[in-house]
Amino acid sequence: MYVAVKGGERAIDNAHAWLAEERRGDTSIAELSLAQIREQLGLAVNRVMAEGSLYDPDLAALAIKQARGDLIEAIFLIRAYRTTLPRFGASDPVDTGRMSCDRRISATFKDAPGGQVLGPTFDYTHRLLDFKLAAESDREDLPETQTAEPRSEDTPHILSFLDGENIIEQEPRTDAEPGDLTREPMSFPAGRAVRLQSLTRGDEGFILGMAYSTQRGYARNHAFVGELRIGSVPVEMEIPELGFAIEIGEIELTECETVNQFKGSKTVPPQFTRGYGLVFGQSERKSIAMALVDRALRWEELGEDNLGAPAQDEEFVLSHADNIQATGFLEHIKLPHYVDFQSELELVRKLRREAAELAEQMAAREAAQ
Amino acid sequence: MSDYNFAYLDEQTKRMIRRAILKGLAVPGYQVPFASREMPMPYGWGTGGVQVSAATLTPEDTLKVIDQGADDTTNAVSIRKFFENTAGVATTEETEKASVIQTRHRIPEAELSEDQILVYQVPIPEPLRFLEPRETETRKMHALQEYGLMHVKLYEDISQHGAIATSYAYPVKVAGRYVTDPSPIPKFDNPKMNMAAIQLFGAGREQRIYAVPPYTEVVSLDFEDFPFEASKADHPCDLCAAEDSYLDEVILDDAGNRMFVCSDTDYCRSRRDAGHMGRLSEEAA
Repeated sequence: MYVAVKGGERAIDNAHAWLAEERRGDTSIAELSLAQIREQLGLAVNRVMAEGSLYDPDLAALAIKQARGDLIEAIFLIRAYRTTLPRFGASDPVDTGRMSCDRRISATFKDAPGGQVLGPTFDYTHRLLDFKLAAESDREDLPETQTAEPRSEDTPHILSFLDGENIIEQEPRTDAEPGDLTREPMSFPAGRAVRLQSLTRGDEGFILGMAYSTQRGYARNHAFVGELRIGSVPVEMEIPELGFAIEIGEIELTECETVNQFKGSKTVPPQFTRGYGLVFGQSERKSIAMALVDRALRWEELGEDNLGAPAQDEEFVLSHADNIQATGFLEHIKLPHYVDFQSELELVRKLRREAAELAEQMAAREAAQ
Repeated sequence: MSDYNFAYLDEQTKRMIRRAILKGLAVPGYQVPFASREMPMPYGWGTGGVQVSAATLTPEDTLKVIDQGADDTTNAVSIRKFFENTAGVATTEETEKASVIQTRHRIPEAELSEDQILVYQVPIPEPLRFLEPRETETRKMHALQEYGLMHVKLYEDISQHGAIATSYAYPVKVAGRYVTDPSPIPKFDNPKMNMAAIQLFGAGREQRIYAVPPYTEVVSLDFEDFPFEASKADHPCDLCAAEDSYLDEVILDDAGNRMFVCSDTDYCRSRRDAGHMGRLSEEAA
């Protein structure tokens, strides 16, 4: 007797129990604490916050633990949680000029007010496995860090010096309410604000690949990193009952401004153009990539040619940047499709039957001749 | 799960979805953009259908969830459990007893009535997508009723294969206006779309909702000399002997023996309860 081989409630419950066991691993090994993840896997936490669009290191650490280190799964957990949160309002725009910078470099000027601050970067590490880290001593012998006193005054944006010379395009100022891609369905053209929202929560790998393609000649836009800065900025919010803005917290951001070439036109003399990247946490690769893709997508407003490059195609880039959408749709093909497959099976069998009959008729006709 | 609102979504979100549903019903077959939310299950698992069901359900409703026609497939079980937990509504496997039926890939065999709502999970709501991937273009094509491309595709199928080579997600025209994707149901189910129940379609990842009101004309695209033909495996069900139901093909052994069995598990069960026996029924074997 045939018994339907279909899943059931018990199979699902058992799968979840097994998953929990796998997540914990060998119980003779101490369990990871959220604080350990938050403190020691900070860049993973940053990525989950950035692509999850929710600034909360503790929740991101929890998501990473629950997802067994699968960062896309962790981002998904954060996104699903984020949608359920009530919205009290919007903060004032953060002023990155007031950032207290841990790192601030420019590839365009050797020095500038505020100086070059290397900060905690992998840039000049030699990628040699450090077996001392494997020793897991309780107290690692940390080299002594020598840091200068933090600057008390604001660190001006390097591009503002070009601004003064009028040699770089002016960013139009607007108080218009930007769209919110989590509250309105995406439509095209999306506009720059929604585009930047999409890029900053987009998959790091996808944005990186898109940016890289522009560097290799698919709509190259000659980017210099005018400035890259990482640090904390205060977040302020207008409280209607008070009638003024108060600081409600502090977030870490990475901001990248690129300086790009521009040919100029009949009406505009040659002028540099900009690409912009802003990402939660220390997310350097992502913010540089974001700036390059942002710049590539601006071809139309800057009167450039559409070269047919993928990174210039707003609908293509924005429709495929979200890794939660992408991974869901990709992975859903493992769900049952036997009804559809059955209909294809019938169709192909029928077409083959008809083709065989036709071949037979042809052969018979030839034999008769 | 008492921390969450009835049927998970907050009332503001439900209102937004209901507005999209009403617009969809007012313009049958038109894809209404809606601000789809991130649900606690992955895109591709029926987030659109779940949002539509959540906005449709009332505490008095009785919900049935099927995937591939069956109530006991893993994802149907999982979605049913989700609404049991978050809405506390009654659930059923019996088609007639359900007031809301969420489905993936099938329309139940039993005829649906005026007091029922059928909610489809939709992966790609745009019937023209694989002819023209750009949303910006396909929206224009719908606006201008520019469906020539679709007819050319069907014609090319005939010239290449001698038949229209689409067996599921077979395009339909709703109320003589919009070419619409019926979701990936087998074309066997297309004629059933002329029904008394409300049909709602939810595509979460693609942020679209569309609808077919009761008794609305739904026509499968075809040509006079190549008329549409609903097809199924040419067998009776091996368990209940039904000749009129859509069948799953199951491989039985290493020798490649097959059996055919109703994909609609409730339909098959009710026929067996009524005494119908197929080739491989326990009593017959």
